[in-house]
Amino acid sequence: MKHRQQHWRRWLALLPLSLVFLLSGCSELTVLDPKGPVGQSQKDLIVFSLWFMLGIVIVVFALFAFMVIKYRNRPGRGDKDYDPDLHGNTAIEIVWTVIPLIIVIILSVPTVTTLFDLEKPPESSGDKEPLVIYATSADWKWFFSYPEQNIETVNYLHIPTDRAIEFRLSSADSMAALWIPQLGGQKYNMAGMENTLYLQADESGTYDGRNGNFNGEGFTEQTFKVHAQEEEAFNDWVQETKNEAPELTQEEYDQLLEPSVMDEQMAFSNTHLKWVDHGTNEGRDYAIKRHRDAYQELLHLENEVKGDGKHD
Amino acid sequence: MKLDEFFVTGEPLVYGGMVSIVLVTSAVIFLLTYFKRWGWLWREWLTTVDHKKIGIMYILSALAMLFRGGMDAMMMRIQLAFPNMNFLNAQHYDEIFTTHGTIMIIFMAMPFLIGLMNIIVPLQIGARDFAFPFVNALSFWSFFFGAMLFNISFVIGGSPDAGWTSYTPLSGAAMSPGPGQNFYLMGLQLSGIGTLATGINLMVTILKMRAPGMKLFKMPIFTWSTLVTCFIIIFAFPILTVALALLTIDRIFGAQFFTVTGEGMPMMWANLFWMWGHPEVYIVILPAFGIFSEVIATFARKRLFGYHAMVWSMILIAGLSFLVWVHHFFTMGAGAFVNSVFSVSTMLIAVPTGVKIFNWLATLYKSKIEFTTPMMWSLAFIPSFVLGGVTGVMLGMAAADYQFHNSYFLIAHFHYVLIAGTVFACFAGLEYWYPKMFGHKLNERFGKLAFWFFVIGFHVTFFPQYFVGLDGMPRRVFYIIPEWMPLNVISTVGAFGMGIGFAIFVFNIYYSYRNSEREKTGDSWDGRTLEWATPTPVPFYNFATVPHADKYDAFLAMKKKGETTFDEEKLKPIHMPSNTGQPIIMMAIAAFASFALIFEWITLAVIGLVGVLIMMGIRSFDYDEGYHVEVDEIKRIEREARGL
Repeated sequence: MKHRQQHWRRWLALLPLSLVFLLSGCSELTVLDPKGPVGQSQKDLIVFSLWFMLGIVIVVFALFAFMVIKYRNRPGRGDKDYDPDLHGNTAIEIVWTVIPLIIVIILSVPTVTTLFDLEKPPESSGDKEPLVIYATSADWKWFFSYPEQNIETVNYLHIPTDRAIEFRLSSADSMAALWIPQLGGQKYNMAGMENTLYLQADESGTYDGRNGNFNGEGFTEQTFKVHAQEEEAFNDWVQETKNEAPELTQEEYDQLLEPSVMDEQMAFSNTHLKWVDHGTNEGRDYAIKRHRDAYQELLHLENEVKGDGKHD
Repeated sequence: MKLDEFFVTGEPLVYGGMVSIVLVTSAVIFLLTYFKRWGWLWREWLTTVDHKKIGIMYILSALAMLFRGGMDAMMMRIQLAFPNMNFLNAQHYDEIFTTHGTIMIIFMAMPFLIGLMNIIVPLQIGARDFAFPFVNALSFWSFFFGAMLFNISFVIGGSPDAGWTSYTPLSGAAMSPGPGQNFYLMGLQLSGIGTLATGINLMVTILKMRAPGMKLFKMPIFTWSTLVTCFIIIFAFPILTVALALLTIDRIFGAQFFTVTGEGMPMMWANLFWMWGHPEVYIVILPAFGIFSEVIATFARKRLFGYHAMVWSMILIAGLSFLVWVHHFFTMGAGAFVNSVFSVSTMLIAVPTGVKIFNWLATLYKSKIEFTTPMMWSLAFIPSFVLGGVTGVMLGMAAADYQFHNSYFLIAHFHYVLIAGTVFACFAGLEYWYPKMFGHKLNERFGKLAFWFFVIGFHVTFFPQYFVGLDGMPRRVFYIIPEWMPLNVISTVGAFGMGIGFAIFVFNIYYSYRNSEREKTGDSWDGRTLEWATPTPVPFYNFATVPHADKYDAFLAMKKKGETTFDEEKLKPIHMPSNTGQPIIMMAIAAFASFALIFEWITLAVIGLVGVLIMMGIRSFDYDEGYHVEVDEIKRIEREARGL
């Protein structure tokens, strides 16, 4: 019996070790590998809660293993340590009510402070005004309008690093969610309403962005690339787009709004905000009015092996 | 409407479904005719008002739905493990995850638990039937026809494809035309009537028909969980009824409650849906808690620890369940303050739930655990559910939820609580009460084999999904990037393990029917509560004499005193309700009306509705008072059942 206990202890000692391995493996997971302060604060919160959860899991699993092994009915068990009428113990019941309550309080504090922080631009770039980008979802593509720069992109996004981005989220039709996991969590895009989402990239690089909320047949392919660049490179890109990109006409924009999956990326040297802002009450049914019949058609989408680099 | 618009065409899988439906239906008709069983079917089952038979019909339907929902799950897993095979296209994948979710929650989990409640609750409280046996039959048939209506959609008209949450504006007429979404609305509406009626029925039964001496705080814990669940049903289901009705009016009659056009409020749907939907998840988890409590106490051979704490924590959970619905859409942008409030209320639910977990562990302390199959399910529940529970708390932290939301992390979480909680409980409850229902136990060897396949398969399927979720994989995508492939393949392997487990479970039902030893006493497991005081098979009137049950674990006390539920001196004629064909006819007509409404054939729908009203009129002037079972008859039945 003694030998067996030692055996047990050795395995128990391995447990924290395996957790270290598990967590180090986790750091490669997108959400746990953030590239900006918003994602970082969410990762910190997740990791903070993870420790408590691991603690709870270990305590419960250990108690569970102890009970099941020790009190199983085996031959020769007899009535030793058997108390069929044991049914309460106020002290221990208070303990296991109060400890979870304390854990909930401990978790609530950083949750609430983070929630309020996420409503403001990140502090680390407080010296600069946030860059405003209108992100509009339309079945099943993304329009990004830069009102200050007066340019617009479709299905890709350029942002400067070390500067807060103030996304103004809305949708031309169904509800979507802008989600760039490496920069931070998502928020819904809804027609006739505007949500504000602050994100920021601290490292330059190319990140995956997508719609996180199911909105019909083309949902899987409603993705985009985020190119985070140093301020200068970003400004160059803006200038280049202004000079070289064609102008978007209302007619062409209306065509683009038609429900479809579009692999190509586009850029324009003006924005659609001039004639419609889908985040306002006036703009909420703009797309549906124009394409009522198209929303009723099926696209018969299959998974094709894509060669455009969008899905690599 | 042309025939090829009525039937779904062009999908080989759907043609396969059609063929199997035709084959199975013809086989059933043939067998019933060949063995001349039509009369038996009508007299014994279709017109019955006996709560035990209705319960069995609920459970059989739920098992069939588990099969259907499971097949949907398998197809999704195949698609995600081999995305380049193009097994399913985008539209078909959307339809399948929609029907998987809806069927598993509405037509599998709830009916399974309601079936167990139907059979066991009256027996546990010493009642002879429900307070309203006619309504009970009506409830079952409303569920049954609702489920059939929903299930037929994939061959006729087309399946709904907007997710089981059916968020507007996507599910509105503008973006989801055709009958598919109407099937969702009418199927849920029809079966929702039955659920609400069952909630009222069981609540009245428990409050008014307990055996003399059984105070509320002497009731068995499963009955308590049922009572609390009934309160949730009664407060939550009307919200669903209204929401479904509004969306139906939107879709069929062109109103603008939830539309993008006409100043509708699409987000109101999400609110209404989850104001029902969150309590709904407690509707399917609280009875599961009750089942585990019964099973654990029985096979630990020990009294349940902290009975009062167990009851109060359920009441607290039920109350809190109405105060957390916003956590399903923290990302809607309600603001930091609103999200903070709902974040804290969500995490608070962990406290009473934790209390329950510790109480189960304490029940095991100084016990004598017998590893029967129902006990194995209950024991496996504890660690598995804790994994689901702690990730639930993480999801409740709104700021972090922005990253978890609609990702596979969420998928893993709710499958961990719904499968480890509800599905394990359904299996545990079915195996535990099986001898009471059918007069023989399920084979332990096959039972344990099914258990290991299912439980290991379950963890292999869903544990990797936490990680693939943290890697940014959203739910409801029909193909994936290569980085997510390895974990998805593991998931698919696990899903097949679960499938094999379920197949063995079903085979075990057949095997045990052929080979298991028949029960001679009514007390198969050395039970503690009143259902084990009845002989097996249970006579249709349940109790010849209703015992005085003023102790907790009433049957345990009776056994100590040598009492039974058959005291020849106290026998009196028993008043029982008559069988009636009205519930099935009324609900068949309601199903016809719903079907017509789904296809927007308004005239037919109105005719059907008038038919339902006529049936209600007939019922209102029905003066059948039931009948009495005479003392001699009771004596004969009891002596035979008890081998006296």
